[in-house]
Amino acid sequence: MSFKIIVCAKQVPDTNEVKIDPIKNTLIREGVPSILNHDDANALEEALKIKDRYKDTHITVITMGPPQAKDLLIECLAMGADEGILVSDRALGGSDTWATSNALAAAVKKIGEYDLIFAGRQAIDGDTAQVGPQLAEKLNLPQVTYVKEFAMDGKDITVKRALEDGYELIKLKLPCVLTAIKELNSPRYMSVGGIYDAVGKEIPVWGAKELEIDLDTVGLEASPTNVFRSFTPAPKGKGVIIERDTVEETAKVLLEMLQEKYIIA
Amino acid sequence: MNFQLTKEQEFVKKMVRKFAETEVEPIAADIDKEHRFPTETVEKMARYGLLGVPLPKEYGGAGGDNISYAITVEELSRVCGSTGVICSAHTSLCGWPLMAYGTEEQKRKYLVPVAKGEKLGAFGLTEPNAGTDAGGQQTRAVDKGDHWELNGAKVFITNGGYADVFIVMAMTDKNKGTRGGISSFIIEKGFPGFSIGKTEDKMGICASSTTELVFQNCIVPKENLLGQVGEGFKIAMSTLDGGRIGIASQALGIAQGAFDVTSEYMKSRKQFGKSLSKYQALQFEMAEMRTRIEAARLLIYNAADMKDRHLKYGPYSAMAKLFAAETAMHVTTKAVQFHGGYGYTKDYPVERMMRDAKITEIYEGTSEVQKMVIAADVFSK
Repeated sequence: MSFKIIVCAKQVPDTNEVKIDPIKNTLIREGVPSILNHDDANALEEALKIKDRYKDTHITVITMGPPQAKDLLIECLAMGADEGILVSDRALGGSDTWATSNALAAAVKKIGEYDLIFAGRQAIDGDTAQVGPQLAEKLNLPQVTYVKEFAMDGKDITVKRALEDGYELIKLKLPCVLTAIKELNSPRYMSVGGIYDAVGKEIPVWGAKELEIDLDTVGLEASPTNVFRSFTPAPKGKGVIIERDTVEETAKVLLEMLQEKYIIA
Repeated sequence: MNFQLTKEQEFVKKMVRKFAETEVEPIAADIDKEHRFPTETVEKMARYGLLGVPLPKEYGGAGGDNISYAITVEELSRVCGSTGVICSAHTSLCGWPLMAYGTEEQKRKYLVPVAKGEKLGAFGLTEPNAGTDAGGQQTRAVDKGDHWELNGAKVFITNGGYADVFIVMAMTDKNKGTRGGISSFIIEKGFPGFSIGKTEDKMGICASSTTELVFQNCIVPKENLLGQVGEGFKIAMSTLDGGRIGIASQALGIAQGAFDVTSEYMKSRKQFGKSLSKYQALQFEMAEMRTRIEAARLLIYNAADMKDRHLKYGPYSAMAKLFAAETAMHVTTKAVQFHGGYGYTKDYPVERMMRDAKITEIYEGTSEVQKMVIAADVFSK
């Protein structure tokens, strides 16, 4: 048994290294290294685990980004993916999640055959968690987001979907779209041999023409969302611990504090 | 001439740094204190190709070049000198001679598992009375018709207690002396008459295994002769030429690690109301250290590149090792000094780095031997 898996990945600035310009409230990107988005690494790792089990499985990684995003594909290939496709075109610049998922859906359609699509939950630069679900909608595929456990038995899949206070156990059939969270696995490193194979490998670049995509559906102009302002959220104050001799007294103090803030009447 | 790393080398540096910081650094202080050989790290290094970086893919290696190999040892040593030398001794001193002198059968049987890291390698040349004077070998190998019989002992063997494959030198014809009288053998753990002797209790690189090898009527199959009879000294010396790139990289990594830890410390440590990093006297010392580290790195990359180009690189790897080892001692000694009393405690890594640095001036040819090699190249022309 073998599978054809597509993994969607994004190159993002390493947020550990990013600083915010205190006056302009924008990200200072200069000199910040680019990395494989964390959740996307989990998505790729889960695909690689399937390949470990079913050797003939073929993994294609798609990324949309500027030409330097090729480095991300080299990294994915060096981790064990079989093929990388760079979706890159000036016409795609400034795309929001809606426009991005249009381009990615076109790329997936161009690839044609696939059993499973993995994406990361969200990118650490935008934090929207929208592209994976939008892609599933546009391809008319079932989807499960926030996947923290994955098991497959042939074409039957069982996943745990993380919730704030628990999880959902969901069964579904291939083909489908799953978005991964960090609890899913620990991504492997690149291997040295993999690096030497990956660097020389041809990476096709697909632009709007290759994707045969309507230019009204991609790029800045076609994007319905606009970012008005980026800012650093004000740090939350320290929590308050109320300690009185009895539970009743403690509750009374809490009640007064909540009333003072008009949280309860 | 191009002083930029290739794309492959850049990726190797990025990958090994992440591996070292995630898998090696968190246990470095503990394995040093416990004198514990990190078998779990060795398995992980094997999985990612770190135990066969410059060895060909067709024999199980990663198919990289010697600069990528130098980067690998440097990045491992930057956080743990012991882990660096485990990789270096295995790759340079066992993998390389198997590749360079092994028959096709020997490569299939021994090089493939060594290059994959499934089997760990070691190298036995030094004896109690044959160190810098490596020609004074007292271990003897006698041709018994259908096998060789080895008797004698080797000392200070890196990876000794954990290796599966050993490249061992022994005298096969005392009358012919050093050149022509010594031969090399591939010894497997478990050969009859071969045992591991004393484990050394060392000043530094405490998580690496350094042992005696003991041969008592050890039976070695005929097909385990490496190279030709009498070629042993040549094999040993050419192996050490390459090994010095590994040890120079280990020294460089230790120096870089101590430098990085110290520059961070200087930013946070305040005395007389300002950070240590604001004192020009200390800044100048750091500038001096950084310059030496960068010079060592260029000497190493140059020697590694010459090796890849099959040029005569022996004197250049000797220069790289001499300079990198002295740099490691200089930088780590200063690093401890800059940390003051804290630097002398085991709460900070610079104390371990200073102990680890010292061996790089001693093994795989002392600094004095490096000068002999370099000077011989000057005056032999």
